[in-house]
Amino acid sequence: MSENNMPKKNPLSMQIDLAKFEKATEEEKRQQDVMSESSTFFKDSMKKLFKNPLAVFSIIVLVAIILVIIFAPMVVPYGYSEILKVNGMRDKTAMNLGPMQFSENELKYMEENNVKLFPHIFGTDELSRDYFIRVVYGTRVSLAVGFFASIIVLIIGVLYGSISGYAGGKVDLFMMRIVDVIYSLPDMLVIILLSVVLKEVMGESTGIFAKLGTNMISIFIVFGLLYWVGMARLVRGQILSVKENEYVLAAKSIGAKPGRIIWKHILPNCLSVIIITTALQIPSAIFTESFLSFIGLGVAAPMPSLGSLANTARQGIQSYPYKLLFPALMICLIVLALNLLGDGLRDALDPKLKK
Amino acid sequence: MAKYVVKRVLLAIVTIFIITLIAFFTMNAIPGGPFNSEKASSPQVKAALEARYNLDKPLLTQYVIYIKGLLHGDLGISTKTGRDIGETIFESFKVSATIGGMAAVIAIILGIVFGSIAALKRNTIVDRIIVFLSTLCTAVPSFVLATLLLYVFCIKLGWIQVWDANSNNFLLPVISLSMYPMSYITRLTKTSMLDVLGQDYVRTAKAKGVSQRLVIFKHALRNALIPVITYVGPMLASILTGSMVVESIFTLGGLGSKFVTGITNRDYPMIMGTTIFLAILMVVMNLVSDLVYKLVDPRITFD
Repeated sequence: MSENNMPKKNPLSMQIDLAKFEKATEEEKRQQDVMSESSTFFKDSMKKLFKNPLAVFSIIVLVAIILVIIFAPMVVPYGYSEILKVNGMRDKTAMNLGPMQFSENELKYMEENNVKLFPHIFGTDELSRDYFIRVVYGTRVSLAVGFFASIIVLIIGVLYGSISGYAGGKVDLFMMRIVDVIYSLPDMLVIILLSVVLKEVMGESTGIFAKLGTNMISIFIVFGLLYWVGMARLVRGQILSVKENEYVLAAKSIGAKPGRIIWKHILPNCLSVIIITTALQIPSAIFTESFLSFIGLGVAAPMPSLGSLANTARQGIQSYPYKLLFPALMICLIVLALNLLGDGLRDALDPKLKK
Repeated sequence: MAKYVVKRVLLAIVTIFIITLIAFFTMNAIPGGPFNSEKASSPQVKAALEARYNLDKPLLTQYVIYIKGLLHGDLGISTKTGRDIGETIFESFKVSATIGGMAAVIAIILGIVFGSIAALKRNTIVDRIIVFLSTLCTAVPSFVLATLLLYVFCIKLGWIQVWDANSNNFLLPVISLSMYPMSYITRLTKTSMLDVLGQDYVRTAKAKGVSQRLVIFKHALRNALIPVITYVGPMLASILTGSMVVESIFTLGGLGSKFVTGITNRDYPMIMGTTIFLAILMVVMNLVSDLVYKLVDPRITFD
């Protein structure tokens, strides 16, 4: 009966009788082929991010805002500090126009010359300047402040935190005491004091500082001085746990230098925490900048920022309430989108953090 | 424990000392002094005034004099109004403390309630609404909210008098100050509540047949509130800084507006006084909330 060459089976043996099996056909083998393309960590998390509807929504909003602030100044023929002129003459009737309105002089001019002037999408302000372009520039300033301040925080925080965490021992203890002290400083008070000083001191300087707007620089300096400590603490904590891994020991034993170990072996493993913290730093920087501008310590006039626009709008709120709406809405939209994107990034990059 | 407390108190003292240093020297680095803008004051008058406030001495001596006075509880005299700084701060702090205290209490209570509801009714419409609103509120700066409230309730609807010096109507300022911390606490409570509800001891309590209410209040909420305690310190800081603009929007003479006008007037003793007062307040609140945090949660070790 047994056609195979197997030795006779003991009745109590657990050995498998091969005769009871048949070979898989080619088609059946192919069914097992479910291997997908190999995917990197980054690709994986981006896929997750794009499955999150809120994150996608915020990316769309942010991209739309960025496109508008890049291209609007090319399309709109008005400048952010330019007082409206009709036929080369200052247009005194163009003060405080409503959205999409034209002033009397402009209407007359259009009728006489049979041309179409570019509409004032958000109206004009109390100095006859096009409000739309001011909001666009204000958004530019606010976003730039948020972005660059976060980059500064990122660089200082990562450098400091990784040195402190990697060195350990007394160096770590000393460096962390400094962080503790800065961390417990009431940040807003120090920011206000420093920005007053920097504003006054650098106000007289010329050249590149004057061009960039001294207040913007002072905000960067303040951020660079104060806000890196949170990042430094996080990075240090991450490095303390990552540096115990075997691959770090292996790198050390083949003679890699500390700088290379930190850069090549440790930091890539802390990348998700760093990205998430930076993404969430941007809205907080925008918040701080708008707060400072609101109390008159932000960017210098005539350069607008969303906070200073809101402050000017507040003074005329009884007559022109919609003027507060545009900058306020813009701040809320940007901060909301960045917060949601940060949350989405956290969920995508570091599922452990999600609760 | 004792070692930790001593360490933290020492750190707090060092912090406050550093703040006096920063405040004093940055303040003096602002160009222009308190008596420069005074019009038509003769050099003699100016010199006499500066001598009275010790402004003629070297900076370091001024600092030592100030610290000596501070240790005796003397905050100096305002260079603008000539009034005692300690008194001015105390008076304006009453306003700030009333608004800030109310805002803090409202934020904590409502935040915990909304957060717990959102966690317990997870994935229902109630949860979605609470999460949506709290996310929205964390994106609205307090000055925008304050201005909008002022516009809607005072100007449009006319329910509340706009500029009334004697009015004790703190409703709008309190709302605009409490919104942000409230939404933050809501989100914080929700995540920690969800975390706690998944813990084994909650399941055990449910399995024992403990009533739903007892499970929530005795087992879940008490543990879920631990992260909220750590936020109380930073929340106070955010309310205090937020009150700077909210006070000026609603024209209340609180501590924050004293600080801002002090800066514009170069009123050195006023800047120093308000900064040190606010700084001590924040540092102490942070210290207390950290210590309480470690006290209520025995799992956290002192290092």
